[in-house]
Amino acid sequence: MMPRHKRMALVGGIVLGVGVAAWLGALAFQANVNLFFQPTDISAGKANEGAVVRLGGMVQKGSIQRTAGSLDVKFLVTDFKHTVPVTYSGVLPDLFRDGQGVVARGRMQNGVFVADEILAKHDEKYMPPQVAESLKNNPPPPDPPPSGT
Amino acid sequence: MIPELGHFALVLALLLAAAQAVFGLVGAHNGDPRWMAAVRPAVAGQFVLVSAAVGVLIHAFVSFDFSVLYVASNSNSALPTFYRVAAMWGAHEGSLLLWAWILVLWTLAVAAFSRSLPASFASRVMGVLGIVSFGFLLFTLYTSNPFERILPAPADGRDLNPVLQDPALAIHPPILYMGYVGFAVAFSFACAAMLEGKLDQTWARWTRPWTTLAWCFLSVGIALGSWWAYYELGWGGYWFWDPVENASFMPWLVGTALIHSLAVTEKRGLFKSWTLLLAILAFSLSLLGTFLVRSGVLVSVHSFAADPSRGMFILAFLVIMIGGALTLYGWRAPLLKSAAGFQASGREAFLLYNNILLVIAALVVFIGTLAPLVNDALDMQAISVGPGWFTSSFPYLVLALAVLVSIGIHAAWKRGQLGAQRRRLALGAGIALFIGVVLVLVVYGAGDWRSMLGIVLGSWIIVSSLLDPIDRLRRRLSLPRAIIGMTIAHMGLGVCVIAVSTVEAYTIERDVALGPGETVAFGRHAYRFDRIEPVEGPNYEGVRAQITVLRDGLPVAVLHPEKRHYWVQRSTMTEAGIATRWNMDLFVALGEDLGAGRWSIRAQLRPLIDYIWLAAGLMALGGGLAASDRRYRARRDIAGSDAVPAAAAEAT
Repeated sequence: MMPRHKRMALVGGIVLGVGVAAWLGALAFQANVNLFFQPTDISAGKANEGAVVRLGGMVQKGSIQRTAGSLDVKFLVTDFKHTVPVTYSGVLPDLFRDGQGVVARGRMQNGVFVADEILAKHDEKYMPPQVAESLKNNPPPPDPPPSGT
Repeated sequence: MIPELGHFALVLALLLAAAQAVFGLVGAHNGDPRWMAAVRPAVAGQFVLVSAAVGVLIHAFVSFDFSVLYVASNSNSALPTFYRVAAMWGAHEGSLLLWAWILVLWTLAVAAFSRSLPASFASRVMGVLGIVSFGFLLFTLYTSNPFERILPAPADGRDLNPVLQDPALAIHPPILYMGYVGFAVAFSFACAAMLEGKLDQTWARWTRPWTTLAWCFLSVGIALGSWWAYYELGWGGYWFWDPVENASFMPWLVGTALIHSLAVTEKRGLFKSWTLLLAILAFSLSLLGTFLVRSGVLVSVHSFAADPSRGMFILAFLVIMIGGALTLYGWRAPLLKSAAGFQASGREAFLLYNNILLVIAALVVFIGTLAPLVNDALDMQAISVGPGWFTSSFPYLVLALAVLVSIGIHAAWKRGQLGAQRRRLALGAGIALFIGVVLVLVVYGAGDWRSMLGIVLGSWIIVSSLLDPIDRLRRRLSLPRAIIGMTIAHMGLGVCVIAVSTVEAYTIERDVALGPGETVAFGRHAYRFDRIEPVEGPNYEGVRAQITVLRDGLPVAVLHPEKRHYWVQRSTMTEAGIATRWNMDLFVALGEDLGAGRWSIRAQLRPLIDYIWLAAGLMALGGGLAASDRRYRARRDIAGSDAVPAAAAEAT
């Protein structure tokens, strides 16, 4: 049995350590949580200018524009009610294409969503759940049959 | 006809699993030797039946039986044989069957190597394993039968997901599952001890090798997944804090705490309730991992199932298993008090601190992974937790852990008296500081302070773990496998800390647009885009670029990144071009045609990245050596086993 005060010091140290860690953790958590928005939310001005958020929706068909020979790309993200223009510079993930679901991380600047990351973590059939939800309520206009893909 | 036999075999296996659970638990409760004698045959029968089901499914894949829905969905006549076999666990249904088979394999091993244990204890262990097996077989049959037919049979299959057509990924699930499911054994040992109401040092000695072995498999499984993501997904990193990666990392962290806590329970008879709780937690997190990956609640590359009934079943199973075990814990754990105390600088104390840090680390991962789900379930604003959450907390936890490991290695059991080790501590810290500073200043140059500290502390772990074995050799003492294993595993940790620190601080990466003949410079290195040409494989076509890496203007490597288009699934895949050097990886992934003759290219230089996976290998090797130590194999007289022989107690 070790002396009582020693044990108290040990317990106190542990409690203090856990407390500090929890406090730091809460700070880190606040700093790193990204809110998730759809184009409709963005249009309603829910995303503060300059705040890092995620934008989820579908890449509007035929909206992908490239500057030939450069990494810059522009496209529209839609939830079939509203659209948001997105710009990105970099290598796009394999699954990024016309008419597919996409999640982008970035910030609003002068009405344009400047993405610093386009997420690839989805499969062919994937659609952000929130978009799927809103599509269930408002079906999109029928597309012409897809050609090629 | 043959697939129906497989289905039938699974149904019989389900019945045997029930028999195994009932005979094991009720038989031990009533102390009826005839009931308990029925447990091992039930296990053996179940093994034969589930193996038959696995064999039938592989046969269906190899013989192109597209009338089986699962085969039609995950195979194709153009798929090479190796991947047709691996496709058996390439999607949800088959991977569950694999889970069940691996569980039966572990149970069979327990049945075979538990003859020296008391009969009632062994039957309780197998009884609890029987419940787990029953749950998983029921889940497979009820929600995800891999033998379901599709009529009329399609002429050809939809092919295996191209991202899975890779050797590392083909063996990743079985190895990972060996780890996940292996914790079921530790879990069953814990439940059996609580049911018996008796937990002594012998119990810990029985449990340790099983737990360590499961942990080894989990380490290798996680590393294989990470390695695969590195070269196959074209992202060029080793860890992305993807929910599915986290799902396997949480049981690993808690499992690491468990194997250390078990050491204390074996050597000193302490931390009994804590060890039990960790054993329950480790398996719970394995189950949770299965739930997260398999129910499709997480959106990620791995979630190939999106069926809510499956999710509900696993959730109910999770609640029953974890809830049951925790209830048992609340009822029985107070009976299993630890008698002795310990000092704040003894080895026990250091292992306690490391346990706390590891559990906090697991909690950090848990919060980051589940917060979006909880928010979603509560109908709050949808959120996602960025990698920043993990990267802003993990380095500090790992650095603190590294300090504790380096010091704790020198602490003796029971009475700390670290003061006596002052010279060794100073020597180790001095050597480590020298190595670290040389590495940082001479080789890599100043970088982020956390990385520089990480390199020093990683070196300290390696030096510290070597001091004791060297000392033993000099004093001509025996060097049991347990100590060699522990040393190698700790060196693995040190290598991992150094490698991760270096990769994080000194990686150079850029996305660039390059046309033939153009070059991008990276310090002394440069990537030159030579040409691009079409390629064709057995089930895909694509393009292949040739990129030459120059160092000081001289070519040092030629890389061939590819962009493949798989015909059947109409999906595009990136095959990165990687040249591995002893001290760095030259990495390049091909993006897309940007027009005007240029392609987007992701080019990276990652120093020491391969040592991260090597570190996982070292940890697994060390664990394997420690688990094979002689004292676990020696059969002891059970009645008098409570007193641990002095030699063994002194060993680790």
